[in-house]
Amino acid sequence: MSAVSERAYLDHAATTALRPAALVAYVEAAGVLGNPAAQHSSGRRARGVLDDALEHMGELLGVPTSWLLLTSGGTEADNLAIRGAALAAQKRDPGRLAVAVAASDHPAVLESARALRPEGLEVREIPVGREGLVEQEALGAALSDGAVSLLSAALVNNETGAIQDLPALSRIAHEHGALVHTDAVQAAGHIALPRIGAGEESPDLMTLSGHKIGAPIGVGLLVAPPHIPLQPVLVGGGQQRAVRSGTLDAPHAAALAAALAAAIGEQEREAARLAALAAQLHAGIAHLDPRAVLTGEGAPRSPHIVHALFPGADQDSLLLLLDQEGIDASAGSACTAGVTQSSHVLAAMGVDEELARGALRFSLGWTSTAAQIDRVLAALPQALERARAVRGLRRRSP
Amino acid sequence: MKVLAAMSGGVDSAVAAARAVDAGHEVTGVHMALSRSRAQTRSGSRGCCTVEDASDARRAAERIGIPYYVWDLADDFHDLVVEDFLSEYAAGRTPNPCVRCNEHIKFATLMERALLLGFDAVATGHYARIGAEGPGGAPSLHRAANLPKDQSYVLAVMGPQAISRALFPLGGFADKAEVRAEARERRLGVSTKPDSYDICFIADGDTRGFLERRLGEAPGEILDADGAVLGEHRGTHGFTVGQRKGLGLERPAPDGAPRYVLDVRPETRQVIVGAAELLSTRVLVASALIPFEPLETGRRVRAQIRAHGEAVPGVIERIGEEIEVRLDAPVRGVAPGQALVLYDGDRVIAAATLERRA
Repeated sequence: MSAVSERAYLDHAATTALRPAALVAYVEAAGVLGNPAAQHSSGRRARGVLDDALEHMGELLGVPTSWLLLTSGGTEADNLAIRGAALAAQKRDPGRLAVAVAASDHPAVLESARALRPEGLEVREIPVGREGLVEQEALGAALSDGAVSLLSAALVNNETGAIQDLPALSRIAHEHGALVHTDAVQAAGHIALPRIGAGEESPDLMTLSGHKIGAPIGVGLLVAPPHIPLQPVLVGGGQQRAVRSGTLDAPHAAALAAALAAAIGEQEREAARLAALAAQLHAGIAHLDPRAVLTGEGAPRSPHIVHALFPGADQDSLLLLLDQEGIDASAGSACTAGVTQSSHVLAAMGVDEELARGALRFSLGWTSTAAQIDRVLAALPQALERARAVRGLRRRSP
Repeated sequence: MKVLAAMSGGVDSAVAAARAVDAGHEVTGVHMALSRSRAQTRSGSRGCCTVEDASDARRAAERIGIPYYVWDLADDFHDLVVEDFLSEYAAGRTPNPCVRCNEHIKFATLMERALLLGFDAVATGHYARIGAEGPGGAPSLHRAANLPKDQSYVLAVMGPQAISRALFPLGGFADKAEVRAEARERRLGVSTKPDSYDICFIADGDTRGFLERRLGEAPGEILDADGAVLGEHRGTHGFTVGQRKGLGLERPAPDGAPRYVLDVRPETRQVIVGAAELLSTRVLVASALIPFEPLETGRRVRAQIRAHGEAVPGVIERIGEEIEVRLDAPVRGVAPGQALVLYDGDRVIAAATLERRA
């Protein structure tokens, strides 16, 4: 087995490499004894570590510290935003009995919404067009009866990298009295993040995830102004505005702040660098396989995701062959115990199911290099030839 | 060689993969996901392809130190094995889905895919041996050293071409306890897992219930060999030639002897029953012949007609579109649809599908 460092890791959208600064921050903070909620000297010291981290993140995001809720990750933040805001809104106004989600959104968003059905809430899935962008007319129509309390739409799609027009979506939602949540876990570090609660074109709630930007797995953030009522999902000791109970996690907060500082600080330069690598990969794929379809080519895309459809190729075979060549890539869609599930994102975009079976996602990050792209382009021709032969296997007649 | 090891998550395939590594091969583990709706965990010894099985296979591969992947062959399995199982029963025959799976999934779909992806051979945890006694020293298929576990019967449909691309690392084990002991020594974590029995896609083991749910009820008559109506049934697919239990007849035979299913006729929805003697035959007729070496009429062979049965001596009477074998002594319970495998000693010389009693 070759060492991890020798591999071309191109699955940063799944999880990216831990940033050294985040690891140092974590280890230093983890050595500080004390529960941040305790009143004694040790507790205050731990609280200081946590507050430093929160203040730092507030500055980076342009929001007060009190707007930041630490969670166990992006999934929990999405659950809290959607479930918390929808249930609280309905309590105040029983007419707000629906939530709206982009049909192409992440399962953490879609399932959070669908889990509200047993509570009597309705879920309205807003269609996306061929480029993966929310249909604005359909959104307006879905919100027109004033029953929707919250719209959730990811800023950057985790499979295709498509960037939603969040200002436009926010304006439409706000016109109909709905709140706006955005899952920005794929956006952080790659495109500029929106200011939260800054007017009609700005979302009201935003999810971030630590391990997508170089912090350890196990921490996320919900940016949530206190004036937006949220019904807690986790109850207990009343920490974090009694909206999210659980012992305050200073080490993870410190690591998240360090990673966020690096991600946001380097964002412009890194976006340009990754865009060049993505362009290299795009051009290489178009050259070596003229049949390949580059997903959402005409739409705004995050620079870190290259998503391609290889007609007639078997996805699982491609991944195996690339893996053997030292390349970590992904089908993009969810995988259950090793079996790649068909992509609801591509289905929502109207991509033919057969074509979707040849989908590959290469996602770049802060450790990606041009040499890694070269390696992918060198390995792809043979992998494609073989993966196409596999798909070409005629099924024997029963 | 670059070897693809099929790993079910069970003891046998894990030890087989480890042995292929020991033999110096470059091994990659693959778990076939065959069920469209997988349960999370196993219950008892029935069923397969749960998420827990996939996870057991992954752990074993990790322990052995080989790459591991899951291949989703659920559609192929459904179309080629499950649908065939249903249509065969609907036609009054008695299919063996494990034989069918070996023929169409493991040594066809899986093997072809492996070869296209650059592998040289497929290793499985089957109990059988590969020799060099085929025509001109070609690879030949033999019974396993562990005779009670021998699976050459269900493997024979793979045919002679596939043998040259197959590895059966467990063929030399004398008994299953040794395999379990080796799994324990290798810390494969699956050493205490129960063996799987029954049909993997019928999780509760109730084949008749499964067939009834999928094929629906089609009531008809149960008759004796002379055409007298003895009772009724809910569907011919609930019956298989040679079956004695579950006939649902209230009146015993006049002579008190047990009655067996003699014939299943879905076209008229009739099930014919009668005494054991009427079930016996000396002549086997089988179609879809797969010869492993040139066969000639008059050749003495041993014929096996079910997975856990004895091979009985006989002689090849006729070879054409069908093959006919005359046995030295009559056998009972020849069910159309089951495999007929012919042996020369412990070597497989042909496989075919039983058609009817002559």
